[in-house]
Amino acid sequence: MKKIRLEKKTTSSGFSVFLNSVLFTGVALVFCAFIIAAVGFNPIEVYSKMFRKAFLSMRGIRKAIESGLPLMLCGLGVSIAFRMNLNNIGAEGQYAVGAIFGAAYVLYGPELPRVPGMVMLALCCFAGGALWALLCAVPKAFWGVDESITTLMLNYVALILLSYLCLGPWKAKGQNVGQTEKIPEIFEIPEIPGLEISLAFPVVTLIALLLFFFYRCTTSGYQINVIGKSLTAARYAGINIRKNILLVLGLSGGLAGLAGFVQYAAVTGRVQENMPNNAGYTGIVIAYLSRFNPIVVIIVSVLFAGLQNSSATVQVMGVPAQIATMIQGAIMIIVIAGDFFQRYKIVFAEKGGKAS
Amino acid sequence: MKEPVIEMRNITKRFGDVIANENVNLSLYPGEIHALLGENGAGKSTLMNVLTGIYRPNSGEIYYHGKKVSIRSPKQAVDMGIGMVHQHFRLIPPLSVAENVFLYMPDCKKILRQKEMEEAIDACSREFHLDVDASAKVWQLSVGEQQRVEIIKLLYRGADILILDEPSAVLTAQEAVEMFKVLRKMADSGKSVIIISHKMNEVMQNADRITVLKGGRVEDTMEAADATIDRLTRAVVGDREFVPQVRQNRTFTEEIVLQAEGLSVKNDKGLEAVRNVSFTIHAGEIFGIAGVAGNGQKELTEAIAGLRKIQKGKVTVNGEDLTSLSVRKHIDKGVSFIPEDRLSMGLVPSLDMADNMILKHFGSEKFSRRGILKKKVMDETAASYIERYDIKTAGIHSPVGLMSGGNQQKLLIAREVNGNPSLLVASYPVRGLDIGATEAIHKILLEESAKGTAILLVSEELDEIFQMADRIGVMCDGNMMAVLDRESADYETIGKLMSGEQL
Repeated sequence: MKKIRLEKKTTSSGFSVFLNSVLFTGVALVFCAFIIAAVGFNPIEVYSKMFRKAFLSMRGIRKAIESGLPLMLCGLGVSIAFRMNLNNIGAEGQYAVGAIFGAAYVLYGPELPRVPGMVMLALCCFAGGALWALLCAVPKAFWGVDESITTLMLNYVALILLSYLCLGPWKAKGQNVGQTEKIPEIFEIPEIPGLEISLAFPVVTLIALLLFFFYRCTTSGYQINVIGKSLTAARYAGINIRKNILLVLGLSGGLAGLAGFVQYAAVTGRVQENMPNNAGYTGIVIAYLSRFNPIVVIIVSVLFAGLQNSSATVQVMGVPAQIATMIQGAIMIIVIAGDFFQRYKIVFAEKGGKAS
Repeated sequence: MKEPVIEMRNITKRFGDVIANENVNLSLYPGEIHALLGENGAGKSTLMNVLTGIYRPNSGEIYYHGKKVSIRSPKQAVDMGIGMVHQHFRLIPPLSVAENVFLYMPDCKKILRQKEMEEAIDACSREFHLDVDASAKVWQLSVGEQQRVEIIKLLYRGADILILDEPSAVLTAQEAVEMFKVLRKMADSGKSVIIISHKMNEVMQNADRITVLKGGRVEDTMEAADATIDRLTRAVVGDREFVPQVRQNRTFTEEIVLQAEGLSVKNDKGLEAVRNVSFTIHAGEIFGIAGVAGNGQKELTEAIAGLRKIQKGKVTVNGEDLTSLSVRKHIDKGVSFIPEDRLSMGLVPSLDMADNMILKHFGSEKFSRRGILKKKVMDETAASYIERYDIKTAGIHSPVGLMSGGNQQKLLIAREVNGNPSLLVASYPVRGLDIGATEAIHKILLEESAKGTAILLVSEELDEIFQMADRIGVMCDGNMMAVLDRESADYETIGKLMSGEQL
């Protein structure tokens, strides 16, 4: 008789992490298929419809990239903090404050020519997100206040502030919904001619590439890495932890704030009451699934956005639109649980002697 | 001859591709003290973990009173009467001795009567002359007493086979003598005792039989009466010529590098751990600090390296006051530090060798320019360290956590001496290392001192101190008991000072 045993693995490569993730995404889809079947639909039909809609048409891919943009920026922002073991749960709020700062600039800022104007708008959104994150970074750096709680709590503050402004002083005239006036044309991010994809996409991809380089090849990225992997060793090496907490949370919030910029200037054209729409939280899931690798964040964001968009298709069949959220959740939990197999391997061995 | 209680036959245990035990045979008789001797990594602990059910062997059999058994879990091992005292005690400090012992019992009652428990434990401790107060809280006990609590736990649970992992490592010389008396009493009452050790003298004096492990195999088994230092040494290290590095008597300069004046430092619990300690180290001098671990050495070294706040007193290096400066400033002023906890403080285990090598120097001109790391220089330097210090690794880009302890330590020392320090603080630099790595590290330290670096060497091995140091300071309970020249010091005096006796 054979018996099953677990053995610790000594090494794991990037490729095996990838394979593992793909495998367990499959497991998650099978798991969800059972639930879809239990609700009374044919899972194969549902999946194929969703897949065709999201990824087999130019239109679907365009849509996925477009709605993936804020997810990418939130995912990149969350990743940089998580790399240093800082739990920034506040991308949602930082996104909202970024958008608020953007709208404020459009409303009250000086008039500038097109390109400097857009750069200023982007900087304002970045500053908004960064400032919101620094509200948590300062207490963390100086008094050790837990950033997971503070960043999370400030989300509610930011979202209520956003609602207030969109429904109150900044509300567009003659509208029923809470949103600001349309953004002036000179601030709109143009599309890439011929592709109908926003120019923001290559810019965000460039940011991801820069971050990749930043982590690997700069002394600053190196310090973040060391602090994230061993705080004791970082202290021993004389690395300034305080400065890095401020830097990293600031950058993290700033990137989430840029999500507000992209959504405002490239997608909706208005700052809306419910603008972040959970992108900040989805960004956490994306960051984890990407193992904080900025380039993988871009890809996973597009996949998640496509999944989200395609749920509308199957709604016609009567499948609840929440199916996308369910699949996202299942993928997250199952893939991360599957990391167990990165650390252990299963061995089949002959059964040993019997116990007396 | 009597029938063995335990017989392990042809035990093989592999971890991935690494063979920890290969065809090991071991028999244990009632009433004997059996010593397992070997260098670190020889497979002693693995073998005992197999016997106590923590690991399952890949092949081989275990016979218990002549019957073949398979030990599937620590619980099963305990039920069979096999108990182990680990090097790091498994006690709960805020609980009393009696409570700790009863926690270990299988049928721990729902309602415990304090009185009854304590009486039962006191009876047990009297029977074996263990002399522990059952009502005392564990945190109040000395390390030696805590060890006895661990032994009572096993005895009260009814263990017939006691395994002790390096039991003397945490004790003073006097406490160790007492402990071996206790073990002898237990053996005389028919129990079997296994001690894991790498100290040859101790094993020859206290054991009945000795099994030497080397590279996962049994190298030799002998009666203790037949053992000689020569035979044991050959079995432990192999045929390699063993020449300890004995340093020549040298005269170091009068130039003072480190001056510590009236240092007081607190430990993590906020208690004073270093009390009014003063000493100086000259350029090219090795200053040894002897003492049982936990008498303020850790706090003292961390304070000198800038990692711990100095409550009172002053530290100057090359005449510059560093007392309240940051760690970074200490590094820049030429203070290098080999911490006792190399894997959690000195190195980042999940990073590779090239990354660990620049841990303190990433900002230097050599390794970066305008914030961009010079990857090529890093790789070349790492490769040159491998050659120069004979570091064995799967490659400069494999995580250092996978390297052996000796190679990790070589890498750490290589990094610390390549910063061109004026003061090198080395805390237990060879703790847990085998003889080969120990020699290599001592050689590097001697080379460094020849270059004029002042070295502060903390160790609990008197052999190491005598071999390396020019002057010896002895610490006990946070006090610097005395500072002696090596020539005028002897083991006996230092042993007395270590246990707190004034000269």
